[in-house]
Amino acid sequence: MAGLIERMSLVIKSKLSKLLDRAEDPAETLDYSYEQQRQLLQNVKRGIADVATSKKRLQLQTDKLEQSLVKLDSQARDAVAAGREDLARAALERKTLAQQQLQDLDGQIEQLDQQQQKLAASEKQLAAKIEAFRSQKEVIKAQYSAAEAQVRIGEAATGIGEQMADTGLAIERARDKTEQMQARASAVDELIEAGTLEDFTAGDQTQLDRELASISADRQVDAELEKLRAEVGAGSGKKEIEQ
Amino acid sequence: MIARLMGEGQYRVDDELRGQLNELDDRAVAAMEADDEPALDGVLDEMWELVRSRGERLPDDDLSASEVVIPPSDLTLEETKQLFSEDGLVPDLPTP
Repeated sequence: MAGLIERMSLVIKSKLSKLLDRAEDPAETLDYSYEQQRQLLQNVKRGIADVATSKKRLQLQTDKLEQSLVKLDSQARDAVAAGREDLARAALERKTLAQQQLQDLDGQIEQLDQQQQKLAASEKQLAAKIEAFRSQKEVIKAQYSAAEAQVRIGEAATGIGEQMADTGLAIERARDKTEQMQARASAVDELIEAGTLEDFTAGDQTQLDRELASISADRQVDAELEKLRAEVGAGSGKKEIEQ
Repeated sequence: MIARLMGEGQYRVDDELRGQLNELDDRAVAAMEADDEPALDGVLDEMWELVRSRGERLPDDDLSASEVVIPPSDLTLEETKQLFSEDGLVPDLPTP
């Protein structure tokens, strides 16, 4: 049995031979193959754009989560200042969850970034080989008899076919990765929209908000009352109080 | 001979390196047959490292075919196995 890495090369060559077996008119085969190469190049470019879009989406989620961290942190402080340790604890627990999500997102963005770089490298190689193939195909068409041309086509096509298979695999892997990330991104979006991320223990984000708001409203009323008392005490606010 | 690192590019390797790759290849086959993914990944990483450090990188516009194609180690065992099947991971090339 051939070793693993030779078999790998044989699989690609056998895929290619299917293509070459069908070749009857060398010139036509060359042009057709060139067309397919150009199409694959477009696919890589599209793949790179798709990965970039997914990455952007995850970066937006990162921004949202960072905002919610700031908010939860200040809510926890407000709660402690108001002597409500229970609320502070709830806010900090939510903050921990948001931090975990944020870490996951960083890892995912990193992975997408790697996919993007791989695709870009693959695009560069494919583009260079297509260009080489293009000039070679013109030479073959112009200078060789049909029989000779078959041989030359075989050589040129094997080299480029291998790159096409490689690039094709890179596109598929990037697509898989992007789809996985999008599914996860949707899940995180839903969590953020449902308030679950900001509110996973108490069951209701507005409850925490409401309690903190009412504490802060109470304080404001206290402060204003204090101010009014001082004014009334000074004997100048009688009218306002009667209103 | 010419070796391709999948997703990275092609390298020209000398006979000595080729011999080393063959030895590693035997271990890769054994690891795959034993369903030993960590061992397979380790062997593939060693192959990549050897080819990268001691092979001579071919220019991108070279149209030579490769005698050996070395898959990346970040595939799962299942994916690596699929690479070797006719209708596996490598997409079919378009036929007229």
